[in-house]
Amino acid sequence: MASAVTDNSFDSDVLQSSTPVLVDFWAPWCGPCRAIAPVIDELAAEFEGKVSILKMNVDENPATPGKYGIRAIPTLILFKNGEVVEQVTGAVSKSNLSVLLNEKALG
Amino acid sequence: MKRFDCLVIGAGPAGVCAALYLARFDVRVALVEKLAPGGLLLQTSEVENYPGFPKGIKGYELADALDAQLAPYANLTRIRGEVQEMELGQDVKRVRIDDEWHEAHAVIICAGVRYKSLGLPDEHKFIGKGLSFCALCDANFFRGQKVAVVGGGNSALEESLYLAKIASEVHIIHRRDEFRGAPIYVSRLKEHANVHFEYSTVVSALHGDTALEGITLKRLHSGKEEFLPVQGMFIFIGFLPAGHFLPAELEVDENGFIHTDLEMRTKLPGVFAAGDIRAKLCRQVVTAVGDGATAANSAFTYLERKHG
Repeated sequence: MASAVTDNSFDSDVLQSSTPVLVDFWAPWCGPCRAIAPVIDELAAEFEGKVSILKMNVDENPATPGKYGIRAIPTLILFKNGEVVEQVTGAVSKSNLSVLLNEKALG
Repeated sequence: MKRFDCLVIGAGPAGVCAALYLARFDVRVALVEKLAPGGLLLQTSEVENYPGFPKGIKGYELADALDAQLAPYANLTRIRGEVQEMELGQDVKRVRIDDEWHEAHAVIICAGVRYKSLGLPDEHKFIGKGLSFCALCDANFFRGQKVAVVGGGNSALEESLYLAKIASEVHIIHRRDEFRGAPIYVSRLKEHANVHFEYSTVVSALHGDTALEGITLKRLHSGKEEFLPVQGMFIFIGFLPAGHFLPAELEVDENGFIHTDLEMRTKLPGVFAAGDIRAKLCRQVVTAVGDGATAANSAFTYLERKHG
């Protein structure tokens, strides 16, 4: 299961993280977010220890989505050393996300 | 390599229903889905026309309920993955899901549809940065801002109604002189003073540095162009089949939708299609589940004849 990250923990869990971090910005009422939820959980297990995969509920955490100009969910942002490396919007398939993580996070 | 009696491709309403019927026929069935079950239901806010729910039901609630009905069947296998390739011409069909080939005696294709985009050169750049295909998901990011909706069918009008309550202005841009969608939506939209109808108009360009800041409207009668400042644009101009993996020997219409007979049989023996990916006029949840049941019945009959 992907763990939750909040506005308060974003700095320590994402920006200061020593491993790359993929953040899934989502909301409970968003269908496409629900569509990719199982994929995100599977990736969290498969990339454990290599890429940290976290979920941020945009309803409960308004500051971070605003800061990164998020205007659609689900949006997935890959951070490396506190910098945005890649941003993907919409219900993307697991194979595409695996490739992205292998190439952009670990490559 | 795994082998099943029947592979069902796609777990939207058609695929889930086909899998349910096959599971109850005691067939060894695998249901393949790249995301969570539900298909386009997960993009739908409220379903008001599915029988048995007089007060309507949320799309994701109906998706969860359809899926939960599969739980008791041990002869049903779920495969999470994306179909990449199919070989359907021979007696035993082969389907490559991500990197792994699977075999089955019968295949039911319920892969559904994907949203059509406008085809403007820099459209991709604005996806998630002002450009959206889901008002329910993204409307809140445009609270008090100006937005455009492109399209004139039921989806465009339904989503416009939702946006009218949140955005400061909603401009519905439609290439024709009147909407194709149900009149009930049009009359509801006319009650909102912040909804503007831009008939006989198309979007000819998108503008913005890092996010959408405006669009160019082209009036089809006069040929004149004008700039409309909007922060958001929602596109609902129809669907294309989500079947990039369909083999060439499958018979499809000019847009790629699969031709079947009334029993959901394609021209290839043992290959069936159901739901929105089929060439037909009425694409609804209720017709999808009907297709799914019919396809399952046909596949079962085919398997019975084959194995005696």
